[in-house]
Formats: sequence, structure tokens, C-alpha cells
Amino acid sequence: MSIDKDTAARVAKLARIKVEEDALPALAQEFNTILGFIEQLNEVDVTGVEPMTSVTPQRLKRREDVVTDGNQQAKVLKNAPDAREGFFAVPKVVE
Amino acid sequence: MSDLNKLGLAEARDMLRAGDTTSVELTEACLKAIDQADALNTFVHKTPEIAMERAKAADARIATGDAPSMCGLPVGIKDLFCTKGVESQAASRILEGFKPEYESTVSQQLADAGAVMLGKLNMDEFAMGSSNETSAYGNAVSPWRRGNDDAQLTPGGSSGGSASAVAADLCLAATGTDTGGSIRQPAAFTGTVGIKPTYGRCSRWGIVAFASSLDQAGPMTKSVRDAAIMLEAMCGHDPKDSTSADLAVPNFEAMLTGDIKGKKIGIPKEYHMDGMPEEIETLWAEGRAMMKAAGAELVDISLPHTKYALPAYYVIAPAEASSNLARYDGVRFGHRATLAAGDGITEMYEKTRAEGFGHEVQRRVMIGTYVLSAGFYDAYYNRARRVRALIKKDFDDVFAAGIDAILTPATPSAAFGLGEMNDEDPVKMYLNDVFTVTVNLAGLPGISVPTGLDHQGLPLGLQLIGRPWEEGDLLNTAYALESAAGFVAKPGKWW
Repeated sequence: MSIDKDTAARVAKLARIKVEEDALPALAQEFNTILGFIEQLNEVDVTGVEPMTSVTPQRLKRREDVVTDGNQQAKVLKNAPDAREGFFAVPKVVE
Repeated sequence: MSDLNKLGLAEARDMLRAGDTTSVELTEACLKAIDQADALNTFVHKTPEIAMERAKAADARIATGDAPSMCGLPVGIKDLFCTKGVESQAASRILEGFKPEYESTVSQQLADAGAVMLGKLNMDEFAMGSSNETSAYGNAVSPWRRGNDDAQLTPGGSSGGSASAVAADLCLAATGTDTGGSIRQPAAFTGTVGIKPTYGRCSRWGIVAFASSLDQAGPMTKSVRDAAIMLEAMCGHDPKDSTSADLAVPNFEAMLTGDIKGKKIGIPKEYHMDGMPEEIETLWAEGRAMMKAAGAELVDISLPHTKYALPAYYVIAPAEASSNLARYDGVRFGHRATLAAGDGITEMYEKTRAEGFGHEVQRRVMIGTYVLSAGFYDAYYNRARRVRALIKKDFDDVFAAGIDAILTPATPSAAFGLGEMNDEDPVKMYLNDVFTVTVNLAGLPGISVPTGLDHQGLPLGLQLIGRPWEEGDLLNTAYALESAAGFVAKPGKWW
């Protein structure tokens, strides 16, 4: 599996990280180095092995489906780069 | 008494209880040492006001006779822990200016036990690194040097600031976190003790998430006894973390008898790596001899999937990171890029994340995105999770066969120079975690104990791996190793 410039650009887009055009070849090369390392996993016979979901066998605890928290608007907005009138403000989303 | 900052937790606690010193005196000594150690770049947000306030409260509490073990003891907190009203940046530009409105469960438990927070400690960005060189604050520097050579060395990573601060006696102990070795590797590089408990022992609530199925907090200290004391204060069930174990926390310190007669110590043959320095082999052989002399039985064991732990980790950890770090979008907290006219929300995300995340974090988020993307999910992510199940089974099998603990080297080398790995490919840096990462994948407790110096005079450590939930027994084995090794070296003060 070899990653080319276009695949690197696609991955950057999916990850929502802006990568300049001229940085893509080097990025693709780094991906190939790391994925080359990961390829070793193909040597392992995993027939009949379930993918691990939880490292310690446990049943997640349950609780009543009720509201336990809230009324913290000011705290929630406190660290926002741009908060207005009780909302997070973002650039226009809908044309 | 001078040099109160050089004390460990146990000694300082006993002096406080005996009335031989006060928390205010201990705290002032640490704050002074911190202010003289800016060259180490460990404390990146100092909190002297909070420290003095808590020290006074602790002294009042000690006077009433209500003093848990940590009461009045000054510690540093890794920047990954959210601390209410205090910068908590995970050493990333993307969290610049972030002051949480809440406190992590672990740092809250320490505060409730009376511990004094001195400030926030440097680390690799989002705990992704093995040398503290990916930090937005710049490198943390080890107090150790190669003889008279003044080249700056790494304290290891990701908990590099914690390790350096403890080794340099800027605090009595510090918190760390460990996703692939981030407590144990820096502890080994700096001649300190670091334990990663069983997955689920410490609540992850309020700790900035890197890879949720691997992350665990733990203490970094000057001795095994101190690790036992601080770990007990950090552990415990927390309803706010669904993976937190609802198990009683034993008195770990009371379990330190040093008696390991008849214990079966496994020596895994797969940890003899090709190209491993002779010094590490020797250190390991010395450790085996110490265990045997203490009455333990050495047993050759096999952990056949060891070789695949790092590649599995470098699928699973980036995959989880890409998901966890999706929250840094420039909307709710931290940095937002300045936008150009006409930029929409997608440009805001992309520019914010490009500016806010450092190179290593970007690389891991993108690798994670790739291995989770349609068409590759099964080939990479699911395969890695299957291999992870086999790695865990390796350990389950040896423990079922009666092994009590496993002895291995902690790192494949002593600390290297800052910048020395810059031209290497990323995989070379990843190899630092070759002996530690299996433990995270299997969810086990692991501890690094300093046992010797290399030919340059730099500390080396051995790792002990224990059965799940048996940190007390593991600490006792580590205590026996520590007693036998008698490691007392300290870095000379140059800063």
C-alpha cells in the first residue's frame, strides 16, 4: 500500500487540517514510512480472534435516564473564541 | 532545615506529622527551587498563590490531627490535567488561553487529600512524544548531563516536565499520564520512579484525552514508597468515567514489606531485542540476580506477540486520537485562526487545526483518520484490535501459569540529546516505547525503578509488570528491587 500525493490531500481534508500543496509529497512519504511499519501486522494469524473492545472485561454501569446537570451556559461559553448572546458564533454556514 | 524540596513524600509527611516542619516551609522551598530552575523549562504555568493558600490550609488541617498522607505535600501537575481556573493546555497551541471551569477527578482527589499544587508541568503536545520535544512551550530539559558535557538531554516523554521536576527536586512528586510509556520511560531517563496503574484504576475524567482505551494517570516520585502513597490518593472509582473500576483501593504503602520470597518473576525472551545495547542487557541481568537473591524464583516465559505491540499501538492510538481531537474546532475553546474574507466554517476548521496542532499531532491525527477511513477500517483498525487481543492473551496465559510479575528493561537506551533524533524517521522515535507499550495494550500495571547508571553516568531503569488490579503486590516487588539496587545518584546542579 503506497500513499500518493492525492491520497495525502484527501486524508488531510478528512481530518480538517489545511496542508499546503507543496507540503503534500513529504507528508505522503511520512505516511508511507509509518504504514510500512504497521504492515507487519499482516504477518499475524488473527483467524477467529475478535477485535478487542474493552481491555478489562466489564459491563458498563447504568443509571436512571434523567437530567443530572445543566444551567451552566456562562461556564460553557466562557472559553469560546467568539460567543454572542448566549451562543457560540461561527462563520456563516448556510448560503 | 534547608533543602526541604529535596525530601520525598514519606519523609516530608512524617516530618509534618511530627511537627518538624510545616507545609508552608516545604512549599516555599519548592517555589524557590522552581524559580531558580527556569533553564529546565518544567513548570510552564506556576501557581504560587494557589500553592501558598493550600499550604496554609494544610497546616491548619495537620494541626487538628486530620491529615491524610498527602496533606501539605507540594506536587506538580502535568499540563494534561484540567485544573479549575488555571491554564490547562496539554502543551498545545490549540488550547492557548484555555482555563477550565472544572477540575480533573485525579487532581481534585489530590487536593482533597491536602496536596499542594505548585503549578503545571511541561509535556509533549497532547502527550504524543517520547522526548518532550513536541511541546508548544519548547523542550523540557533533563537535569542530568553526560559527565562534563553540557549538551542538553531529554527527560523523556511525554511526562518529561514531571520527570525533570521530580529529578531536580523542584517538587516532592508529580502527576504523569501514560498511554504507551509516558510515565515509565521518562522515569527511567531521570532516575525516578513512575507507575502506570491498571487501566481503570485512576479516573480519566478531566484529563485531556489522547487514546481513551490506553490512557492512565499515575504518580512520578523519588521512591517506590512515595509512589505507593501518591497512587493511593489518585485512585478510586469515579462515576464520571464509565471505564473507572468500582473496586476498593488498598493501602498500598502497608503492603511494602520487601518480602518477595517464592514470588515467580517472569523473564520474557522476546524482550531481548536485536541491537539492544550491552549495557541494557547487563542492567537486566543484574536485576534478575537481585530478584533471585531476594528469594524470588526466575521463570523464563514467552510473550510471542511482543513484536507486534508497537505497530498495533500506532494504529489504535492515532485512531483514537483522531476521534478525540476532533473536538478542537475553534468553536468552543482555545485557538481560532484569523479568517480571510469569504472563508466559511470548513476553512475555519482547517486553518485553526493547521495553526493549532504541531507537526507530530497533525501526523498522528491524519494517520488515525486514514486507518479509520472507509475501505481501510478492517485492514488496519480491526486487525490491530485483533492483534491487541492476542497481546493481552499472551499476558493472561503467563499469569494463569502462576507468574506474579514480569521483569524487563524500561527503555532500550539511556536518555538521548535534545535534537539528536530530529533527522530520524518517526518510527525510530516510536521505538523508545518498545518495552512499555505492551503494558498499555494489555491494560496492566507497570512500574519503572531506577537501578543503575550507564557509561556516561546517566540513569537506567528496569520495568516490572504486574497482574491486573494487583498494584500493591507490584509495588512490593518494586520495593524489593529498589532496596537491592540501592540507586542514590542525583544530577549535579548546573541550572
